[in-house]
Amino acid sequence: MNVLTTFLNALPGNVSQGLIWGILAIGVFITYKILDFPDLTVDGSIGTGGAVAVMLITMHDCPIWLALLCAFAAGCLAGLVTGLLNTLLGIPGILAGILTQLALYSINLDIMGQSNRPVSVDKYPLVVSSRYAVPAMIKSALIVAVIIAILYWFFGTEYGFTIRATGCNPNMARAQGISTKKSTVIALVLSNGLVGLSGGLLSQYQGFADVNMGRGAIVIGLAAVIIGEVLGSVIFGKHFNFVAKLAFAAIGAIIYFLVLQLVMLLGLSSANNKLFSAIVVIIFLAVPYLRNSAKTSFKKAAKNAAMEAMEGDAGNA
Amino acid sequence: MLELINIKKTFNLGTINEKKALDGVSIKLDEGDFVTIIGGNGAGKSTTLNAVAGVWPTDSGSIIIGGNNITGLPEHKRAGFIGRVFQDPMTGTAATMEIQENLALAARRGNPRGLKWGITKKEREEYHEQLKMLDLGLEDRMSTKVGLLSGGQRQALTLLMATLKKPEILLLDEHTAALDPKTAAKVLELSDKIIAEHNLTAMMVTHNMSDAIKHGNRLIMMNEGRIIYDVKGEEKKNLTVDALLKKFEEVSGKALSNDRMLFSKETD
Repeated sequence: MNVLTTFLNALPGNVSQGLIWGILAIGVFITYKILDFPDLTVDGSIGTGGAVAVMLITMHDCPIWLALLCAFAAGCLAGLVTGLLNTLLGIPGILAGILTQLALYSINLDIMGQSNRPVSVDKYPLVVSSRYAVPAMIKSALIVAVIIAILYWFFGTEYGFTIRATGCNPNMARAQGISTKKSTVIALVLSNGLVGLSGGLLSQYQGFADVNMGRGAIVIGLAAVIIGEVLGSVIFGKHFNFVAKLAFAAIGAIIYFLVLQLVMLLGLSSANNKLFSAIVVIIFLAVPYLRNSAKTSFKKAAKNAAMEAMEGDAGNA
Repeated sequence: MLELINIKKTFNLGTINEKKALDGVSIKLDEGDFVTIIGGNGAGKSTTLNAVAGVWPTDSGSIIIGGNNITGLPEHKRAGFIGRVFQDPMTGTAATMEIQENLALAARRGNPRGLKWGITKKEREEYHEQLKMLDLGLEDRMSTKVGLLSGGQRQALTLLMATLKKPEILLLDEHTAALDPKTAAKVLELSDKIIAEHNLTAMMVTHNMSDAIKHGNRLIMMNEGRIIYDVKGEEKKNLTVDALLKKFEEVSGKALSNDRMLFSKETD
């Protein structure tokens, strides 16, 4: 009972956190699902977003909205670097992301001048703060809704179509006059911009930016996307459309944080939460695979063959 | 319409896998020419089409389409001039996108793309009409994902996409080879119809010699990266498969080495 009460009390906080990470998850959805590009820049660009926002707010008296816009822009730049490494220099996507991510660790330190920078909600009119969980939840939900609306529009435009075609079939895209390099870069820029924005909000929410805040971010993002996808296809089936997919990436993030909270209440130490992220992703990737292979497998084929043989024998006798 | 001047291309230059794929290909197509291309394995049939499409840069020679020298343009920049249908039905369409979205992508081939809607209501109505022509019932499934279509349906759709915006040249690269005979015949018939209706200039690679004779107004035979035989008009109409085989041996000095082609000779 005690666990349940604590869980419910922490609910708004966890939902806000889930929604803020949901923005990152939507960014990951763009690269992982739409562009079909395994982008690992995320672990770095979320920190960049956080660092830029906190430094602008605390050191330069920058209005919060402008700081968030800059966090978005900083993320965009990070995505641009990965995109150019991949398209101009021919570095494989996964490696391009890792290289940018690694470089960003240093850059994030440079931006902050130290490994951790606080930002207090008492001193600055922050958009979201864990201190005020319910308003934070409402505001982050609104932000997520606006982002989904904008992306829905964007992926319905000619530009959006080119990104979708590039992700689905680059040969076809080029044959239809689409520069697949350009659309790859645009998608990476957009995705990491959202990740940067998510970092800017997250640092406000938790009251600090930290050079390690992005460690494992991609796994949380993937977990959210995959949880959302599995859940969404169960609920909507064939009618799991684009808006629902984006929304379910964010919902996946909320579920992730709720489950994390639950297992922590049940005794998981906070040191183990990365282990938890990894296990969640493993489970959600493995279950559909195993369920599929359970339907048809060589073992089953052998069993069926043996059964048929036995029936045949019985018929002969 | 299309002119190739002494096109050369060697793959893997300087390595053990060096392969001279095109060895001075020159041809001039007139407006409305429908050329079928036959030849043995590795003769340079598909390579010629890929050179025109700009899949990779050529080593030397010029490619001129409708008066524009496009030799230096990358694939996506010359796509505005070219409609393509590939051998693999998976290649020509985006499987996770809807039928109408694929058509909308094709309709904008060669045009600058911006933040306007990717597909408009007016277009939907147009596509509905055009899909009717295919006579496959696709007009009632316009929001179906292309991945759910059969190979033949996908090739028919790709054909429509390739010609939705009239191309200067239509490239058909063994586009019926992956289909069953009945579907292949239907897609070929459709190709003929569309080419005739829009008076398109087209090149079609095929391994089926009787198809190569039956379709188009001109036939070329390739061997070792060169055009070794070019025939049109009455002379082409009067060709037979046996005459073609003999011609090949005569010009190339050896028997035709395309198993599929020989096989198709026996089945036709």
